[in-house]
Amino acid sequence: MENKPIVTCAGDQNLFTALYGSLTQQLPREPMEWRRSYGRAPKMIYLEANFVQFKEELLPKEGNKALLTFPFLHIYWTDCCDTEVYKASVKEDMQRWQAALRLHGSVDWLIAVVESDNKKKNKTNILPRTSIVDKIRNDFCNKQSDRCVSLCDPLKESSRSQESWSSFLMKLRTLLLMSFTRNLGRFEDDMRTLREKRTEPGWSFCDYFMVQEELAFVFEMLQQFEEALVQYDELDALFTQYVLNFGAGDGANWLGSFCQPVRSWNGLLLRRPIDMEKRDLIQRGEASLLDLRSYLFSRQCTLLIFLQRPWEVTARALELLHNCVQELRLLEVSVVSGALDCWVFLSCLEVLHRIEGCCDRSQLEANSSHTVGLWTYATEKLRSLGDLCGLVSENGPNSEDLNKTVDLLAGLGAERPETVNSPQSPYKKLKEALSSVEAFEKHYLELSHAAMEMYRAIGRLRSARLLGKSLAEFYMRKGDPQSAENFLLDSLKSYVSESWSLPLTHTRKQIAECQKQLQKMDEYLQTSALLASDTNLSDEERRHFCQEILTFASQTAEDARVALSMSSVTRLQELCFRPSSALVHVSAALLLELRLCSLMPVPVTLEHISASIHFTEEQPGSTAQKRAAQNPDGTVTFPAASPASASALELCEMLEHSPSDNTLSSAGLACRNMHLLMRRNDSATSLDTPNTALTALALEDGAQMLRASDVTLSPGNNSIVFTSQKPGVYTLRQLCATLGRVQLVLPHLYPVVQYEVYSQEPQLSIQPLTEHLLAGLPQQVKFTILTGHYSVKKGDALQLSNTDSMPVLHSSTRKQHSSETEIFCNIRNLFPSSEKVTSISLPVTPPYHTLEFLLDVLCHIPSCPARMESERLTNGQISHRTRSRTRFNSGMTLIDQKVSVDCPWSIYSTLVSLTFHVPFKVKHSLLSVGRRKFIQVCLQNVSDTNFRLTNQTLTENQHTPSLELQQCVFSVWELRWSGVSPVSLHCEFSASFAPADAPDAALKPYRYHFTLERVSTLLSVCAEIRPAEGEQDCRTGALCRLEVSLTRLSEPSDSDEEYSDTDGLRTTRLLYEVIDNNSNWAVCGKSSGVVSMPVAAMATHKVHMEVMPLFAGHLPFPSIRLFKYLPHHASPVIPPDTDSCLENDSLSLDDQAETASLRSRGSVQSLGSGESAQPRGPMPKRQAFGPGQVFNGTQGQQVLVLPAADHHLMEVNVT
Amino acid sequence: MAVCIAVIAKENYPLYIRSVPTQGELKFHYTVHTSLDVVEEKISGVGKALADQRELYLGLLYPTEDYKVYGYVTNSKVKFVIVVDSSNTSLRDNEIRSMFRKLHNSFTDVMCNPFYNPGDPIQSKTDLMKWQPLNGL
Repeated sequence: MENKPIVTCAGDQNLFTALYGSLTQQLPREPMEWRRSYGRAPKMIYLEANFVQFKEELLPKEGNKALLTFPFLHIYWTDCCDTEVYKASVKEDMQRWQAALRLHGSVDWLIAVVESDNKKKNKTNILPRTSIVDKIRNDFCNKQSDRCVSLCDPLKESSRSQESWSSFLMKLRTLLLMSFTRNLGRFEDDMRTLREKRTEPGWSFCDYFMVQEELAFVFEMLQQFEEALVQYDELDALFTQYVLNFGAGDGANWLGSFCQPVRSWNGLLLRRPIDMEKRDLIQRGEASLLDLRSYLFSRQCTLLIFLQRPWEVTARALELLHNCVQELRLLEVSVVSGALDCWVFLSCLEVLHRIEGCCDRSQLEANSSHTVGLWTYATEKLRSLGDLCGLVSENGPNSEDLNKTVDLLAGLGAERPETVNSPQSPYKKLKEALSSVEAFEKHYLELSHAAMEMYRAIGRLRSARLLGKSLAEFYMRKGDPQSAENFLLDSLKSYVSESWSLPLTHTRKQIAECQKQLQKMDEYLQTSALLASDTNLSDEERRHFCQEILTFASQTAEDARVALSMSSVTRLQELCFRPSSALVHVSAALLLELRLCSLMPVPVTLEHISASIHFTEEQPGSTAQKRAAQNPDGTVTFPAASPASASALELCEMLEHSPSDNTLSSAGLACRNMHLLMRRNDSATSLDTPNTALTALALEDGAQMLRASDVTLSPGNNSIVFTSQKPGVYTLRQLCATLGRVQLVLPHLYPVVQYEVYSQEPQLSIQPLTEHLLAGLPQQVKFTILTGHYSVKKGDALQLSNTDSMPVLHSSTRKQHSSETEIFCNIRNLFPSSEKVTSISLPVTPPYHTLEFLLDVLCHIPSCPARMESERLTNGQISHRTRSRTRFNSGMTLIDQKVSVDCPWSIYSTLVSLTFHVPFKVKHSLLSVGRRKFIQVCLQNVSDTNFRLTNQTLTENQHTPSLELQQCVFSVWELRWSGVSPVSLHCEFSASFAPADAPDAALKPYRYHFTLERVSTLLSVCAEIRPAEGEQDCRTGALCRLEVSLTRLSEPSDSDEEYSDTDGLRTTRLLYEVIDNNSNWAVCGKSSGVVSMPVAAMATHKVHMEVMPLFAGHLPFPSIRLFKYLPHHASPVIPPDTDSCLENDSLSLDDQAETASLRSRGSVQSLGSGESAQPRGPMPKRQAFGPGQVFNGTQGQQVLVLPAADHHLMEVNVT
Repeated sequence: MAVCIAVIAKENYPLYIRSVPTQGELKFHYTVHTSLDVVEEKISGVGKALADQRELYLGLLYPTEDYKVYGYVTNSKVKFVIVVDSSNTSLRDNEIRSMFRKLHNSFTDVMCNPFYNPGDPIQSKTDLMKWQPLNGL
């Protein structure tokens, strides 16, 4: 049914019929701009027209507002070219036509004069062709000359004809538009006036509806679908507003007709452009709300599809359906239950069909986000219909349900003729679905799956899962838990991953039901455990699920135990070690306290709870940094699982020490859970994170266990005591609680919890209490025994081997302590079992305790430090001990004492080294005065302690000097003996000393052994310096005479000197030497020589030489020395006067220092020819006398030297 | 007024959900959770086309027979969802917008609380509760 604006044609019908074809064809070819009133935007419009023959009855009568049948333009056609004819008939006809128009107030007319050359040719005496047109214009168009147009040769293909056509069409269009504007404007004004009257009583919405729809029709007729849609939208809004006002209590009378009970719910009908049935109902004011809405929507739908906006249809449809349901509720329209569901279901499917009808498949798929809402809505409604009609239950519908079904089907009425032939019509679907349980299931599943597929396709996974969940509910109602389970698990996943606790609980409860029906005991118990601890549930429900577990647990069955995740029922909050270091020795008690928060609603008695541990045989202490999670007080806090913490970085400190010197080589932070954080995080996987509760709970077998039995797990703490392990590092891996057949397992403990068990060998160490141990005094040393794994039994004793040089005196106090407690024991049972062995009996001590006691030891100062013997110890060992060494910087002599201790835990002796410091340094010297002999002993304190010294004994002398720090005490004794003097003297110096503030009882002996050899004086040397002859005094620069007389005081012993027999006289050869070290004297001539000395007492030999004093004053004598002269036994006697030879020989002399100084002096005649020139051969030797053998009388002697008379003239001749 | 308001964290877990107690709380949880689908759809759509417009209000997410669900997303991708009764026709778009603005302000106040740990469910009785569109019912 194509509506076009009506244009009437009067006049020459034959002419019009000839032109009709090209007219209808050409009119819509070009658009015209339509300027609108009320500021509406101008539009380009293609005009079409329905040309009909003019009849009087076509003209609207007064009051008729119909626009569709309104003739917008009246055209009078004529091809009259003859004035006569015009005047005779045409004019009259025109006037009649005009009168008729005028009568109806129509001003939209046009007179078309068609001119053709054919006619002109026939009639030669015609007026100029314009005259007819002009005539008509004169006659009819007073002021509107444009109302008359001429059309030239319309049926010919000439340019003139074309031109004429286009100007005619332009005119026609313009006039048509003018007519539209005028007539529509007038209509709109009338319509508005009508609308303003809506508050007046008696106003009818249906009437108004018809009026405005008329306008919409016209717009549609003009292809102005947008405008037409606006009209319907306005109607829609107006009606909605009335309904809302009604809800607000402002009811309009006319609305009453819409409130009648719904009797028909046959859904939308979108297959006709205009549903005339419903339109008639509205026109008659008999339409129900659903009728009105359906009609309105069908019109909107038609227009939207004209506008190529099918997706708006779906959106509007959903809105409409929701809205209708709401409005019916608001208006309190009585509806048979289920009727609306039918209506909505049918409507949804109808809309979808309509959309499918105008789009291709790919378009549909691309826009499923627009249609999926309708699919879901239809599914929901079908579902609720199924529930209502008892089609979802296991048993099928009962008679009451069947009655309802019949009522519902009655309301559908007969199927509409449009869809009778389509097998998939919504009507047929609904009827079929309601007919049987199986058919319902088929249709419901079909719809559900279609909707879910669409949701998945557009990525609305949550919506898909919600649908799946209701599908699962359906399956459960049908008694098919198998099919339900997957859907439930799928939706559970999404709630778990996004932590929506309430939906989670609800879904889980459904799963529990499902699993129970499926007899999946493991899963059911796991779910029950989770539910029992779910605070979203009521206590009663929680107790129920808890009871389910307990009931199962108490059953005795043969099949294997069931492992549940412990984290679902308890939360491990804290773990506490006693001792807090989590470091214990073997066989010590380690208290491990677990703080488990039970989430169960009731106390649960566990048979036992065990912690499996992983053992690594690592060196204790090496893992200290691994246990960073353990606080210093021994507690490990386990983080509560929270959604935010899942993404937190777990950082730990990383320190790397270089292996060689343990210095820090690198430091950094490492992320431990990088594998979790760096995971790809796209939308698909974010919802599909694995359900941690259902992952396999692998129970580690064969692992060591910590066990606690009969634990009642009420909310609170549980502690587990555990002892005795092999040394190593233990890592807590799992927790497992046994409850009958049920085991609660916590598969992983994080953070890593470790403790260490170590084993230690017993150790003994002896340490001095002071900085230095001083020899000779009782010193305290501390014995420390770490018992390690050895437990000291009764009767165990330490056996200390005594040595003579270091006896153990006694011990003072003893204390014993472990790492926790300190026990002080009184000293008992300490006595030397023999002289060689000191036995210290130890108190009974448990392992891993420390025993400490003090012992006084004394190290004897060796009387002769140079000579040490290795002693044999009583236990048969050779002690490599008492190696003396002198530390030169401190000046102290050190004595290393090795103590051998036999410990009860070992068959080997422990050697402990103690270093003692000798506090004294002693020197002795022999002094002679002629034949008298003195011994000097010098004792020096080199320690940092002050001492008191008594009883120095060499002779009978006694005095008590004090010996201060670094002080020296010199003691001198004279030796006298009767008879022959001994060859060697063995002396002992002894003294008693004690720290300065110590009482007399503390005096310790100090002994110093020394030996003096060749004590007696053999020779005495006298010298005399006299001035030269004739001089009174010695003067500088003048030669003086030196006379040295050597006197033998006693006969030497055989070993002393070498004799030579010359002329029957026994002589010894002596080498003398006169040297002045102080450059006081210049020795002239020979300074040394060899003399033969008779071996007889009192034999004297005199040597003369000349010396010259170099300075004035009391000059000491030049030193004169005597040596034994030992010629080389094989060589002939070397001439005594070979000075240089002797000089060179001095390399082998004992007293090198003197020779060196002699040389460096360069004073006398030495160094004459250089040493290297001398041949190397057997040389005579000189040997010094013993310290007391030669008495030099010149020592300390001085001679007065006067200055020279005339200094300036003094000449010194040195040869 | 609203029948349910919800604040949902960036990671899509609920920070705060409160609904009219007379109607099933669970139902609203399901509704709000499902609405996240549309929120995400709109956010990703906005990200492409209207990134710089800074329009936080997402409009009607989806209507159901009984309720209308509106969405709003902060710049930090915290989502607000307000569910209103379909029969409550007095609420126009502007009112919904202003509800969201108020909710956003209240949420900002909660975030400013130094004792609130961001990411934790909002428990405080004084913060979001101060503003109660639910109290009107």
